[in-house]
Amino acid sequence: MNKLLLIIRREYLTRVKKRSFILGTLLTPLAFAVFFLVAGMIFSYSSDEDLRVAISDTERLLDNAPADPNSGLTFRLEREPFDSLAAQLDKSDYDVVVKMPTIANVRAKNFTVFYVSKDQLGLETQTQIQDGLSDRIRQYKMKALELDEETLASLRTKIELVSSGEKDESTFRSIIGAGIGGAMGMIMYLAVFIYGTMVMRSVMEEKTNRIVEVMISSVRPFELMMGKIIGVGFVGLTQLAIWGVLIPIFYLLTGLFFDIDPQQMNEMANTGAEIDPEMAQGMAAQVLEEIGKQNWWLIIPTFLLYFLGGYFLYSSLFAAVGSAMGDDYGEGQSLMFPITIPVILAFYIMIVVLRMPQSNLAIWSSMVPLFSPIVMPARLAFAPPLWQVALSMIILIGSAIFFVWLSGRIYRVGIFMYGKKVNLKEIWKWLFYR
Amino acid sequence: MNILQIDKVTKTYGAHRAVDTVSFSMPKGSIFGLLGPNGAGKTSLIRIITTITGADSGQVYFNGEPLNRSHPSQIGYMPEERGLYKKMKVGELLLYLAQLKDLSKAEARQKIGYWFEKFEIEDWWNKKVEELSKGMQQKIQFIATVVHEPELLILDEPFSGLDPLNTNLIKAEIAEMNRKGTGIIFSTHRMEQVEEICEYIVLINQGSNVLEGKVKAIKDQFKENLFRVDFKGQLPSGLGDSVRILEALEDSVTLQLLDDGFADANALLRYLIEANVQIQAFNEILPSLNEIFIKQVETTTHE
Repeated sequence: MNKLLLIIRREYLTRVKKRSFILGTLLTPLAFAVFFLVAGMIFSYSSDEDLRVAISDTERLLDNAPADPNSGLTFRLEREPFDSLAAQLDKSDYDVVVKMPTIANVRAKNFTVFYVSKDQLGLETQTQIQDGLSDRIRQYKMKALELDEETLASLRTKIELVSSGEKDESTFRSIIGAGIGGAMGMIMYLAVFIYGTMVMRSVMEEKTNRIVEVMISSVRPFELMMGKIIGVGFVGLTQLAIWGVLIPIFYLLTGLFFDIDPQQMNEMANTGAEIDPEMAQGMAAQVLEEIGKQNWWLIIPTFLLYFLGGYFLYSSLFAAVGSAMGDDYGEGQSLMFPITIPVILAFYIMIVVLRMPQSNLAIWSSMVPLFSPIVMPARLAFAPPLWQVALSMIILIGSAIFFVWLSGRIYRVGIFMYGKKVNLKEIWKWLFYR
Repeated sequence: MNILQIDKVTKTYGAHRAVDTVSFSMPKGSIFGLLGPNGAGKTSLIRIITTITGADSGQVYFNGEPLNRSHPSQIGYMPEERGLYKKMKVGELLLYLAQLKDLSKAEARQKIGYWFEKFEIEDWWNKKVEELSKGMQQKIQFIATVVHEPELLILDEPFSGLDPLNTNLIKAEIAEMNRKGTGIIFSTHRMEQVEEICEYIVLINQGSNVLEGKVKAIKDQFKENLFRVDFKGQLPSGLGDSVRILEALEDSVTLQLLDDGFADANALLRYLIEANVQIQAFNEILPSLNEIFIKQVETTTHE
């Protein structure tokens, strides 16, 4: 059997057969499900403070007290003056007393409202009092201006942008595009880090326990490095594939198990945004339709190519860094910066690019090979011009080959360097060793 | 025919010249000692021979051919710093390493089986390397080095960390492989082992070879005409004029022949016999390799 294949096989099998890999692969989606559930619950948590609020409305401006079923506040209108209510606050069963402002001008937009309270009020409670009052003052104004709800509602106009040209585009569509793009960019970002560091650690281990000298007396350093990179790459693909199947299953299962339908979970995750169920159902159908309309035959192969290009580029750099590091993980951290910084930058660029997929930033950053593996997949759902994809791909593949070569030169020297503190200048010199 | 010929090999790391125009040749099937103090360049040289690194200049010939990528599979190398994949099972690891030396899986399995039987460790196949003791790991390392039946075996400090029992076991295996024609390079600074095992040596210091040849010839070259005579009776009083007496005891004397004294040992003997000294033993004291080593290293280091 070819030596490279042998190495790939070993690197792949020893990892995939490890108990930690199997457990990690199975438990991660579960952990994600639990995380989203908990995060959703935390975000949807609303104030449970049970406070009684008196509104001193001596002029009888309001017809009834504010009432919001979602808040823990109970409002009561009082005809007594604010000062006397405030003075008796400690003895009364109210927690807060608010002074209803006098409304001299119906068209005034800003009011200052005074209050006293037993305990200091939380932000949430303050907001609820503000909203309640503002809502009642609105009703008062409507009456004074002789307006009704219907007239007001008719003033609100909603626009949906739909292109009448050949391109079938809508606002909705770009939201879906951003979703798909964001997911792909995120996967790329995580993959580069998880599997890149996996390669790095494994190189360090081989160097530290000295097996590398035995190996290099049989195979070339480049073969060993490539075998490791490719082997770990397959581990990554395996893991992604398993997750691709498991995550939807877990998603549905958690729904059944906790008796929460996924739709509701989504809403909870959306920081409690209110969507009425019917609209949500319609939206879900639309989302599915939009997802189906994407040109997956182009997106998936392109994504995989970017995955491979980005993975080879970064993991070879990680391998080079691993070879330069000694047994001391901490000491080598400074060597990792030149790699981690572009990855993190690329991630931030990706987030901006999702909002402006055709901007100059998007176009230029998808030509830079250190960024394109993360930025370009995020753009794919927005159907970028083909020439841009092609050009960025060519640049990426070319650079990946270059970086693999470069890393190979560092690696072959690095793995035999012991007990020496290595810096970038030193590594630069290694490139020119024979 | 030489299995290995090193021709003016030089290797520089940055400003440090690790190997400096080293030349020597190693006859086929011989046991060859590569000696030198720590940091002399032995490991750098071995790495060039095993194609781990390339020489900056000079050439290495393996069986007369310039060294190329096909040769590593005919070389077995056990580095001084031992290393195995700790998490792998012994059997899988050996299979893997053997296949990397161009053995087919079946061949590899059969040859590993042979060694397992020989070392009586058949039940180790499914053990993880990290479960083994250090000495046991050394045995596995040795098997990994020789499993592909290399023509040239390079052992860097092979006995370090081995108990006397295992040392003898490995020594016997090395001797047997040598009988079957395997050339062995033995890199060490333990002189007593070299004297015991090696036919040829090359001594390297500060990157250059300072001494090379057959062990016996080298000892002859460095002998100082020292003799030890055990006797009964009285030594002639004039003996001290023609030899230098280094140590005189009641019944034995250690002396050195001088250039202008006796022509050879026979002349000395004859002189003593004629003087009616009763000789009980007459030995030439040859320098040990250790002494030669220290002397050579000292004289070449300060140049």
